[in-house]
Amino acid sequence: MTSYLIKNVSVLGAAPTDLVIRDGVITGETTAGETIDATGLVALPGLVDLHTHLREPGREDAETVETGSRAAALGGYTAVCAMANTSPVADTAGVVEQVWRLGREAGLVDVQPIGAVTVGLAGKQLAELGAMATSAANVRIFSDDGFCVADPRLMRRALEYVKAFDGIIAQHAEEPRLTEGAQMHEGEVSTRLGLTGWPAVAEEAIIARDVLLAEHVGSRLHVCHVSTAGSVEVLRQAKARGVRVTAEVTPHHLLLTDELAASYDPVYKVNPPLRTAADVEALRQALIDGVIDVVATDHAPHAVQDKECEWAYARPGMVGLETALPVVLSVLGERWELIADRMSRTPAKIAGLAGHGGELIAGSPANLTLVDPSARRVVDPSELASRSRNTPYAGTTLPGRIVATFLRGVPTVLDGKAVK
Amino acid sequence: MIKHLRSAADLDAETATLILDTAGEMAALAGREVKKLPTLRGRTVVNLFYEDSTRTRISFEAAAKRLSADVINFSAKGSSVSKGESLKDTALTLQAMGADAVVIRHPASGAPHRLASWVDGSVVNAGDGTHEHPTQALLDAYTMRSRLGKIDGLRVAIVGDVLHSRVARSNVLLLTTLGAQVTLVGPPTLIPVDIAAALSPATKVSYDLDSVLPDADVVMMLRVQTERMQDSYFPSAREYSRRYGLDAPRMRKLPQHAIVMHPGPMNRGMEIAPEVADSTRSTIVEQVANGVSARMAVLYLLLGGKA
Repeated sequence: MTSYLIKNVSVLGAAPTDLVIRDGVITGETTAGETIDATGLVALPGLVDLHTHLREPGREDAETVETGSRAAALGGYTAVCAMANTSPVADTAGVVEQVWRLGREAGLVDVQPIGAVTVGLAGKQLAELGAMATSAANVRIFSDDGFCVADPRLMRRALEYVKAFDGIIAQHAEEPRLTEGAQMHEGEVSTRLGLTGWPAVAEEAIIARDVLLAEHVGSRLHVCHVSTAGSVEVLRQAKARGVRVTAEVTPHHLLLTDELAASYDPVYKVNPPLRTAADVEALRQALIDGVIDVVATDHAPHAVQDKECEWAYARPGMVGLETALPVVLSVLGERWELIADRMSRTPAKIAGLAGHGGELIAGSPANLTLVDPSARRVVDPSELASRSRNTPYAGTTLPGRIVATFLRGVPTVLDGKAVK
Repeated sequence: MIKHLRSAADLDAETATLILDTAGEMAALAGREVKKLPTLRGRTVVNLFYEDSTRTRISFEAAAKRLSADVINFSAKGSSVSKGESLKDTALTLQAMGADAVVIRHPASGAPHRLASWVDGSVVNAGDGTHEHPTQALLDAYTMRSRLGKIDGLRVAIVGDVLHSRVARSNVLLLTTLGAQVTLVGPPTLIPVDIAAALSPATKVSYDLDSVLPDADVVMMLRVQTERMQDSYFPSAREYSRRYGLDAPRMRKLPQHAIVMHPGPMNRGMEIAPEVADSTRSTIVEQVANGVSARMAVLYLLLGGKA
């Protein structure tokens, strides 16, 4: 195995130092086979994404585990969780093991499958959560993402049941009766555009219910893609009471607003929808405060024909793996400790991914990424490694360039290019 | 001149007034024995209709033909559309055929905006989802001006299902641009959130029709679909009618000169009583005739510059 001397690297913004990687771990040595000049580069623990859609099996025209893994590595990630809304749905040990195996074969990031909570995401009957937990995929996070586990009794049972194997339910918080036909955030812009509104209360009501349920049964709850200021307040209160709840926010909800829908270009259609500037401000503050624990991309690739159409007919979602860190840098600035915590350590802890999100010190697994914070990049959809092109940032200049990524000491990205 | 008419917001006061003035000239033509102008000879206007709307399609077809344009009617039914062809592919087909203008009616809000990004010709919105119907607003404004002599300063009440109404959105935008004071009236469930901020800060909202009528110069009744009560927007057709229907006793609360409008098709006995619809205050039949003139003006001005 090749060893690497990463020279003059700033670990989390500290004074430049040298890092040596050998046999998959960071060592205390000072020499190695290959030298990488990292002058001006910042080292972060490899990023961990709790929320991606890799589309395989079923929609390999939009993304595969391999292309999604490559996009992730290029974005600085060393581990991603793959949501269960594939076709067939990842609601059995067989499907989660297939996704897990595809991830191993691609070998670019650790792909951790998420299992469905209910059979077929139908919200009627629990999937075999225990079988997925004890499978080779070792599933710990369960989610019907794309759909809300709306039935309160079923949600209670799911929260209780997964305690047996320290599982966690990741809820897509959307009261379905309040969002029938919804196309975008309900507010001034939806009224002007004549698009059916997705009211903030549809998210907040479910989060309020679920934190009470989690408190009642003493279980762990994770809230996917929090998008409103009101949700932040519900979470703040629940955490103050000691409820075991964690929450994520997407890069796009930290940067973009519902005004973008005015073009009717479905590249801006996403679920939950883009909200107002006041929501964006509240989400940023909540991420800094720790009320929101992590940044997760909700990377949602879609084939061209599913976006090049009327707004109402388009599928919701945006690709995000390759732009997540640049967007977060543009929002938070170079607060490397905070970024490492919200994009690597805490998500690794929530997902139980040992070996990820560790300190960059001798003896740790060499999962890390090198970032050039001074670089600026204009996002060009045609340059994305994802199989899909539905980025809302086309033509936008974003700070930061991911120069290299190492997965257990093996480079997946060098000189900003995927190694394989 | 603007290239597309996707929203009433595309029109500033000057452009809107030019269209209304031109519509007046077009209306004068209707009195002649030969109702046709050669202006758009050799130009192609496509009526691309994804929704059944015989009255709007006929109105646009008559408008284009009176300007001597070649008219192609492209209906979603019985075409490749029902076989699942995308709007983009249809747009590219029309583009290849050399359409100078595409008049589009579509159930999805914003479809005209998407279409305009795929064709070189002018796009005219003939009603998109619950968004807008700008030529309806133009013909309504034309009707008000014909009956009452002006628009600036008029007090206009728009009554009913504003939430789902493309007619209401376009009218609020256009009438406000032209200086009218608009009040939206309906049950709170059918008034969209933040409507004033969304369309025009001067827009007022009332839940009480009786208090609005004595100060209205124009009352425009919107069609209310009875299916809405299944979604709990209101309890029953009868309750809706009692609270927000315009019947003869309510009509008597209007000032002497006030007019009653309806974009059609009407639910007689629901939002409007038959004796109101058929009264001398009613402009409903005039609105249909004015529709052709207003649409002639729009096509003439959008395409005229390129002849």
